[in-house]
Amino acid sequence: MVKFEIHDLNIWFGSAHAIKQVNMEVQSNEILSVIGPSNSGKTTFLRALNRLNELNVNYKITGAVELEREDVRGIEIEELRRKVGMVFALPLPLPLSIFDNVAYGIRIHGEKGKEKIEEKVEETLKQAYLWEEVKDRLSESAFKLSGGQQQRLCIARTLAVGPEVILFDEPCSGLDPISTAKVEDAMVKLKEKFTIVLVTNNVKQAARVGDKTAFFLSGELVELNKTDRIFTAPKDKRTDGYIRGKFG
Amino acid sequence: MKNPYRTQKIAFFFLFLATLLIVIPVGLIVVVIIQKGFPAINWQFLSDIPRQGMRAGGIFPAIIGTIYLVTGAIIFALPIGLLAAIYLSEYSKDNLLTRLIKLAIVNLAGVPSVVYGLFGLALFVVFFKFGASIVSGSLTLGIMILPVIITTSREALESVPYSFREVSLSLGASKWQTIRHIVLPNAIPGILTGTILGLGRAAGETAPILFTVAAFYLPQLPHSIFDQAMALPYHLYVISTQVPNVDEKIRYGTAFVLLALVLFMNLVAIIIRYKFRKKKKW
Amino acid sequence: MRKLKEFVIEKLILICGLASIFFVALIFLFLLKEGLAVFKTVSPFNFLFGKSWYPISEPPQLGILPLILGSLLVTLGAAIISIPIGVGCAVYIAEIAPPRTKEALKAGIELLAAIPSVVLGFIGMVTLVPLVRSIFHLPTGLTALSGSIMLAFMAMPTIVSIAEDALYSVPKTYKEGALALGATHWQAIWRVMLPAASSGVLAAIMLGIGRVIGETMAVMMITGNAAVIPNSILAPVRTLTATIAAEMGEAVVGSEHYFALFAVGIVLFVISFAINVTADLFLHKRQ
Repeated sequence: MVKFEIHDLNIWFGSAHAIKQVNMEVQSNEILSVIGPSNSGKTTFLRALNRLNELNVNYKITGAVELEREDVRGIEIEELRRKVGMVFALPLPLPLSIFDNVAYGIRIHGEKGKEKIEEKVEETLKQAYLWEEVKDRLSESAFKLSGGQQQRLCIARTLAVGPEVILFDEPCSGLDPISTAKVEDAMVKLKEKFTIVLVTNNVKQAARVGDKTAFFLSGELVELNKTDRIFTAPKDKRTDGYIRGKFG
Repeated sequence: MKNPYRTQKIAFFFLFLATLLIVIPVGLIVVVIIQKGFPAINWQFLSDIPRQGMRAGGIFPAIIGTIYLVTGAIIFALPIGLLAAIYLSEYSKDNLLTRLIKLAIVNLAGVPSVVYGLFGLALFVVFFKFGASIVSGSLTLGIMILPVIITTSREALESVPYSFREVSLSLGASKWQTIRHIVLPNAIPGILTGTILGLGRAAGETAPILFTVAAFYLPQLPHSIFDQAMALPYHLYVISTQVPNVDEKIRYGTAFVLLALVLFMNLVAIIIRYKFRKKKKW
Repeated sequence: MRKLKEFVIEKLILICGLASIFFVALIFLFLLKEGLAVFKTVSPFNFLFGKSWYPISEPPQLGILPLILGSLLVTLGAAIISIPIGVGCAVYIAEIAPPRTKEALKAGIELLAAIPSVVLGFIGMVTLVPLVRSIFHLPTGLTALSGSIMLAFMAMPTIVSIAEDALYSVPKTYKEGALALGATHWQAIWRVMLPAASSGVLAAIMLGIGRVIGETMAVMMITGNAAVIPNSILAPVRTLTATIAAEMGEAVVGSEHYFALFAVGIVLFVISFAINVTADLFLHKRQ
């Protein structure tokens, strides 16, 4: 099923043309990896999906991003961001306890029942493979967790509001290999229920977890295909050069 | 050509001297007031009304008057100041309006205190017919401390990392929810610091209350907020310049109480700021 | 429901955001409302440059030149004392003091800023005034000089903290560059740091002077309050601020005297407005 459809998308920040005429689709229940050198527009593309770019003052957009055939600009912004969750590049726990980090989003969306919240917190911490490690210290500050644990907490926090899509913005850039493997495991499990878009500057990570891979360069979508096709037989010379490490 | 190191030595000596010229008098002022004022302090001095034309008795009504005034000022200034700070930190864009607001704040901070007194007289006492009263004085002081509260609160709000806001918004929180649940709780120590500094400023000012509330000699407590009241700084002014033959002890004692009150508030503010810095989680 | 609540709150925030502009305008408006009436009896020129201030004689003489000169004299004296000391102290704190001393000194400066002006006035009265009298063998120590010295202390916290800020925000590379070329620390400060921070230091001085011109209580308590054109720094003077503070209590609401004091308020407001706007421009130039 098609989750996102992107038509003629162009984005500017001031005079900088960050995304140039992008057309593509994102399928549900699979991981789309987005790769490319820095400043190629990957993160801007990702933030167009949950309209987080709009926090920037000089932001201008043309074309359309459609979530299940509905233009995202027509969806109420709080509802859109509930449906399209995001995990950021660095682990960014809120300055709250472990429990409250996950409960924050649930409460924001109007859930008041204490038991319901507790249930949901436990469920999502399990989904993020963190429950066993934190179940006895839920009231501690989230800053006491290790980097990898913090990032999984952030995943749980995103899951807790009941998203359909999860956007990962270089989620392992600050993590060691073992923590990275745990986060990747979680992602692969999560695609059974969610649509996942993963922006990464780690080409090998894209190869490991992505069902499809999109290659961005200078704001253009150069190539989008099944991951094994991209890595074995790229159609574009630039894609080939990038994944072989010739630039970027 | 002179030896540059000798020049440096001489220059640094003068800089050090300049610093001493500030620090030593400040120290002396505080020491003198403590030394001469502290012995005057006893329970009777703090709890009794002034007697014999303020040449004896205590300063209780002045203390109470100052507390009323400061409380009134903060009730007025804190909500407005805090919301204004939220506007500047969370909502304002980089445009002419914001520039004007910032300029207005700078100017409010720079208006001479006696001009606030005139303004309070014209607006609250005469125009709104509140008369010389605690309301008039509190409102005047409130407007005067507004810039302090806005500036410090805004700094506190802006020191909350931007990423927290992004995270909250990305979870589908509205802008106000984000401010209310994420930004404000983390800015509270800074806001508290600003509020206390504002309180200290309001407690020590004399000129704004001269014509809006201060009673020369009123040996009783105010009954309502539409009454006049005595106030510590004005009382000190009165017994130092307007009433002859007041015992030095009473003057120093009053100065001591006022200074202690103001410095205590500043100390509390500094401690809060210090503890907060140490405990900062990000 | 939640939407409505947030809509109301956000409008309230906007209104409070505009409050500062509103209050500045309101202050100016009410000063004008009460003060402009004086120009029915005295022309603006005669008000500003009239040499006698006898507000309760019949007819009242409302020339504020003695007051303006009084303010200028006291301010000039305070500036001469506070600028070198204040900037010197700022340089010391920013560049020379070891970290712990630096913190202690900053706390000391904050302490000075927090002392109420009436307390400084009181201390000036009991210590400085007799001192000045005996040193210069004067009939009274309540002079412009005493006022200048006391006011210098009120200007210093402003000068020190803003100038220190300006020095601190000069990029480290400037200083390192100068030192790398073999300059002594002092040469780096004098030739590189201070010029680079000059607009901030200038703003600090202006704001300090602004504080002096607006200061009321201390100046009223120790300058002697003689509303005549001063002929010496050792003579009693009366400033604009002290005139308002001392006389408004006796002025009848709606009288010439009352209007005149508000007109003095207008003069003060305009001066402080000009100083603050200019200082703000200097501070922004820096960034």
